[in-house]
Amino acid sequence: MIRLDGVGQVFDGREGQVTALEKIDLHVRGGEFVTLIGRSGCGKSTLLRLIAGLLPPTSGAVQVAGQPVTGPRRDVSFMFQRPALLPWRSVLSNVMLPVEIDKGQGDRGKAAYRDRARQLLELVGLQGFERRLPHELSGGMQQRVSLCRSLIRDPQVMLMDEPFSALDALTRTELSEELQRIKMELSTTIVFVTHSIEEAVLLADRVVVLTPRPGRMREVVDIDIPRPRSLGQNAHLTEVAAISGRLHALLAEKESGEPGVPGEVRPVDEVRP
Amino acid sequence: MTTRRRMPKRTWLTDSPVAAVVLPIIGLAAAIGLWWGATVAFSIQPYLLPSPWDVVVKFFEQPGYLLQETGTSLLETIEGFLLAIVIGVPIALVIVRSVILERLAYPLLLMVNSIPKVAIAPLLVIWMGFGQWPKVVMVLLMCFFPIVISTAQGMKSTPTELVELMRSLNASRAQEFFKLRLRYAMPQIFTGFKVAISLAVIGSVISEFVGATKGLGYVIQQSGASADTTLAFAAITLLSVMSIVLFYALVLLEHWLLPWAQEKR
Repeated sequence: MIRLDGVGQVFDGREGQVTALEKIDLHVRGGEFVTLIGRSGCGKSTLLRLIAGLLPPTSGAVQVAGQPVTGPRRDVSFMFQRPALLPWRSVLSNVMLPVEIDKGQGDRGKAAYRDRARQLLELVGLQGFERRLPHELSGGMQQRVSLCRSLIRDPQVMLMDEPFSALDALTRTELSEELQRIKMELSTTIVFVTHSIEEAVLLADRVVVLTPRPGRMREVVDIDIPRPRSLGQNAHLTEVAAISGRLHALLAEKESGEPGVPGEVRPVDEVRP
Repeated sequence: MTTRRRMPKRTWLTDSPVAAVVLPIIGLAAAIGLWWGATVAFSIQPYLLPSPWDVVVKFFEQPGYLLQETGTSLLETIEGFLLAIVIGVPIALVIVRSVILERLAYPLLLMVNSIPKVAIAPLLVIWMGFGQWPKVVMVLLMCFFPIVISTAQGMKSTPTELVELMRSLNASRAQEFFKLRLRYAMPQIFTGFKVAISLAVIGSVISEFVGATKGLGYVIQQSGASADTTLAFAAITLLSVMSIVLFYALVLLEHWLLPWAQEKR
């Protein structure tokens, strides 16, 4: 579904050029859930924007559904770290925004999309809030609206840029579990950026670990824990612990290749040069 | 319990809508009371400072005349203000689209704004005669700057994630402009309008000091010539009322048009 071949990205910074990404080769299969994990500044958000067509790669090729990416596609949706709702629009009309922008190309009527929007809002537990304005909702509710908006056109691919990282821990867990449920119902391909190992283990079929400056693929870890997965008490604690430990080790590793202690959490800045 | 002391106490006086109307009236009444008390206590001559009652009596001696002059000033104010919107907003929209244009235009705008408006009032009369135009143009000059600046600022305040959202939805430039940037700028544009409307009233008075035969500014100028301080006070009071009414009309319009913006203040 998504194919990256030798993708690299160089930005012109104030002090010369900065290599954000280097030699990224990744193939995401249809219906797969892949998370990109790494420290801040490892270029994971940049990678997502390359797939979204928001940014052209400096080198290499990006393909979605067999076609080279030249710009944003209507079958690919993007979800941001912040809800990014238009404050003057009601919940329902925020969800309907992509349909409205894309008028003329809709394969269904607007009324059908409106029904779909209501359905999605119900799916995330927001029935009855259709006419509210965003500022009347909590952060978690706003991000749910944002999730509905990115699902309204039944995208083939969903790109999610740390969508739950601005929420409190409980809401984050709740939304992750909800996303997993939605994922099991729809067959959307998802690429999900995060810096939370917990989130990655809960959600992903495969985890791509990126190293910082320049962003390179360090390793791809398969996660074979059966779904539905949940946090806390569950039947697969050993597997979860093993994979989490491994991811910790990979992320803690210094750029020289010196391994970190598995399971040890180091403050982010300590490791950076 | 230091936090409790620092926080303003919330009672019905701070929260109820009735108090929101009653309190300003009490404040105004107290100020008028003080003024009245001073004129009585120090037996000040009316040609120096008339009492509030003298001013009210003066108004009712010739209410038709004074209201007609108020109407003249009001019309000039509104015409100039609307003209400033019609000219200022598009100019701001063009300016923010190009850094080059912005750099070219800003010093010019600043220069125009820094000219003392009283100084060009006689020039406007020379250029445009004794009719309504020099007045409308004066109001326009007064309003223009705050409207342009706040519109330009508003257009630049669109959060990047919303711009990126529109891009990711493949929105056209027109859609991005109308559905996002302009809508997002509206509260700031309204702030400019509210600053401008008070300046508009001042502009109409200044222009009526020079080469006018009508309007409240003319009334004030004439009363000075005949030492009729009470008449001047009546005219000034009408100007204040006009200014307050226009300002709150804009506030109401904003509440009605932009209900979503209240939470952000």
